[in-house]
Amino acid sequence: MRRGADGASTMTEHAKITSAYTASELLAVMAARLLKDGQIVFAGVGIPLLAATLAQRAHAPKLTILFEGGVVGPFVVPGELPPSTNEQRCTRRANMVMPITDVLLLLQRGYVDVGFMGGAQIDRYGNLNSSFIGDVANPKIRLPGTGGGNDISSLTQMIVAMKHEKRRFVDKVDFITSPGFINGGDSRAASGLISGGMWRVVTDLAIMGFDNANREISVIALHPGVTAEEVRDNTGFDLVIDDTVGETDPPTPAELDALRHLDPERLYTA
Amino acid sequence: MSNDTLVKSYQELRGDTAARDRGLREKVMSLEEAAALVKPGDHVALGGCTLSRTPMAMIWALVRAKKHDLTVSRSIMSSDGDILFGSGVSKHVVTSWFSQGIVWGVSKVMRHYTENKLARFDEWSHMSIGLRYRAGAMGIPFMPTRSMIGSDVGEQVRDQVKEMTCPFTGEPLLLLPALNPDVALIHVQRADCYGNAQLDGLQFMDMDIAMAANRVILTTERIVSNDQIRRAPDHTKIPFFTVDAVVEAPFGSAPHECYGHYEPFYAHLDMLAGLTAKDAEAGIARYLNDYFYEPESWPAYLAKLGMEDLLDAARRGRSIHND
Repeated sequence: MRRGADGASTMTEHAKITSAYTASELLAVMAARLLKDGQIVFAGVGIPLLAATLAQRAHAPKLTILFEGGVVGPFVVPGELPPSTNEQRCTRRANMVMPITDVLLLLQRGYVDVGFMGGAQIDRYGNLNSSFIGDVANPKIRLPGTGGGNDISSLTQMIVAMKHEKRRFVDKVDFITSPGFINGGDSRAASGLISGGMWRVVTDLAIMGFDNANREISVIALHPGVTAEEVRDNTGFDLVIDDTVGETDPPTPAELDALRHLDPERLYTA
Repeated sequence: MSNDTLVKSYQELRGDTAARDRGLREKVMSLEEAAALVKPGDHVALGGCTLSRTPMAMIWALVRAKKHDLTVSRSIMSSDGDILFGSGVSKHVVTSWFSQGIVWGVSKVMRHYTENKLARFDEWSHMSIGLRYRAGAMGIPFMPTRSMIGSDVGEQVRDQVKEMTCPFTGEPLLLLPALNPDVALIHVQRADCYGNAQLDGLQFMDMDIAMAANRVILTTERIVSNDQIRRAPDHTKIPFFTVDAVVEAPFGSAPHECYGHYEPFYAHLDMLAGLTAKDAEAGIARYLNDYFYEPESWPAYLAKLGMEDLLDAARRGRSIHND
């Protein structure tokens, strides 16, 4: 993998690229649009980092990004995306750096409007798993774990960005790494989590939210050209899709150009 | 309460600290001499996070000294965790996330050792790891939190935590046991011979770890004079009296990053991921042989990493000082 410090050299190529886009690019653009100017967003690595950085350049110049490494309000340099949220590339043009524990405590104190992360596996109540696939005692796959995911999802309102695949959208996750609405209804609050909760799940097929009563996931809008049937075929449970569901606007050439400028080597958008 | 929590009694904690020589004294030594301060069974905390300011030179020395049975904690473990498992230095890590980095996928070495139950990976949330060190630094046995409640992450370590109803508000809280490591390994940009350490850039959990630990081994890109430290005392993040050893180790985090000095050695990390992709055990064994056992000195290890990669990493690292 090539990762130069001077990623500007391929700019002329970007201008030529048409409005065709990859699934990951669509995901990044749709995720970016969910962030509002002036918000404070706690962003994880991968698509969240990319989407938050895109939002800063597109429609939310006063978006304040927090990174787990201890970074307050950076502007990541195009072509220099970091391999995690703990390297010096995360600190460019930041207002402040602080210890990890303190930046995470901003979530507990209540300074963060929205947490933004990816997910390996999600269920109908928005619980996320990034720890174990299969039986926990004898897992088929031991995944890397929570990182700050459990803290972010326990303490603030959440956006999740992930690929829409049957194996990722399951009826019940094998392990709740990052809590959503647990078993639905008021079970999140009853379990002791008295703040935060899932707000939006954005995939390469649709944008989803959670109803107020059952706290069950349902489709709010389909992406351009995507059918309800296609979403159902890629979901491992009976997903609620209303007949009156909306459609998102396609990514604009300006959004795609900004995105490709940020990630010219397709580190996160391959 | 089980010993699993790693919590020490206050009398033990104070007694250990009282017994230390906390005077202003020179502590400069070699990597090998510093490695002798680590005993089998110790709880060792690693400074830095993921690919940043990893105390790789000390890890290299611990592997070469054939240390074993260490419990190792860190905020996030990267390839350092693979090296600890592969070498047998540790069969028990306590961390929040464990793989080289998201762009390389899930670590095959971590998977091999955990899925085959050859080693143990205790998973805590990132903030919980930090609050455990902070409680240790504060000299208190636990810290309450509103995180890790209701999830299986909390459930998985239920023998090590307690639930509590707040006596003031009646709200639910989780109590996290303090971590007071026996030894902390921390790599910094500069320190004096007494152990006054100055950090640039990201601080991670290093100050709490230093305050919480019973011994601190510092490795530093360069040793500077005490006069230089005293000209900018606001940059000193770790005070000398917490430190027991100072080792000058240029490129001491390579192939990981040290803020303002060098970025990660990406080609090398790609190579390591490739080496362990098919056969994790054989791959990490070969890596340890080539980079940890064969080079006879830290400079020989750096030579093995290669001048081209080293200069490239340094060019990228220093580029943050450019306008």
